[in-house]
Amino acid sequence: MTIRRRPVIADPHGATVARALADLGHVGVNSLRIDRTIHLDVDGSDAADVRGRVEEMCRQLLANPVLEDYDVEVEP
Amino acid sequence: MSVAVVVFPGSNCEHDVAYAIRLLGGEADLVWHRDTDLSGAEGVVLPGGFAHGDALRTGAIARFSPVMEEVRRLAEEGTPVLGICNGFQILCEAGMLPGAFIANRDLRFICRHVEVEVVDTDSMLTRAATPGKVLRLPLNSYEGNWVDPTHAGRVVARYRNDPNGSQQGAAALADASGRVVGIMPHPERAVEDLLGSSDGRVLLEGFLGATREPIGV
Repeated sequence: MTIRRRPVIADPHGATVARALADLGHVGVNSLRIDRTIHLDVDGSDAADVRGRVEEMCRQLLANPVLEDYDVEVEP
Repeated sequence: MSVAVVVFPGSNCEHDVAYAIRLLGGEADLVWHRDTDLSGAEGVVLPGGFAHGDALRTGAIARFSPVMEEVRRLAEEGTPVLGICNGFQILCEAGMLPGAFIANRDLRFICRHVEVEVVDTDSMLTRAATPGKVLRLPLNSYEGNWVDPTHAGRVVARYRNDPNGSQQGAAALADASGRVVGIMPHPERAVEDLLGSSDGRVLLEGFLGATREPIGV
């Protein structure tokens, strides 16, 4: 899953990397946000069931609901 | 009867907290994060450190430690609960205080004394201080930049020189009852002149005073 900090929340790491790109002469970079990707290997044969379980993991622990949204992708 | 100081794997300020409480005439017991019975505790402190190595996010795993259900129960009964630094981060992750912490604005670990102004004395941490009182306290944190998109937090002490970008300059917050409080700088490391400041005493004295009063007063 990808865990993204909400646009309204500052991203000090992303801002620092964006400044480094500008220092290197890369113009026109309007925004840079650093997301987190978590890879899980989960037992299960039903994609919808696996998705539901992983979304519950996101709600409970993996994402902070104050700061972050998440997208879950399920691959066989 | 005493103050329970919770030790998580990775806590590192528990002895400083216990020392400060005893110095101020209180009693302190260290309790392991797997303890589930804190009955009799007159107050709870979640101390600073790096619980569970700050894996995932600060406080994200510690909030599920077995002791936390008991801490929540005591808080609901009115027992004073104080989170310091990492303990404050744990209280936010647990939803016992609003908001969350991100990296300091300048991406630096801050390790120095800062000035903090008491702006609200209706909390068991700030109750013994006078409004406007400026305290010099050590700040030791990388993720001390508090954000609260809901603007629900009640700030009881603010930084004077914005060291980390914290929203509203928040250095300490209280819940609606004033009995669950978090502070990012370390009052327990400012209790004797030998430590460079004794300004933390007034905060911990307020907390200890609250632990000695009957709940509901």
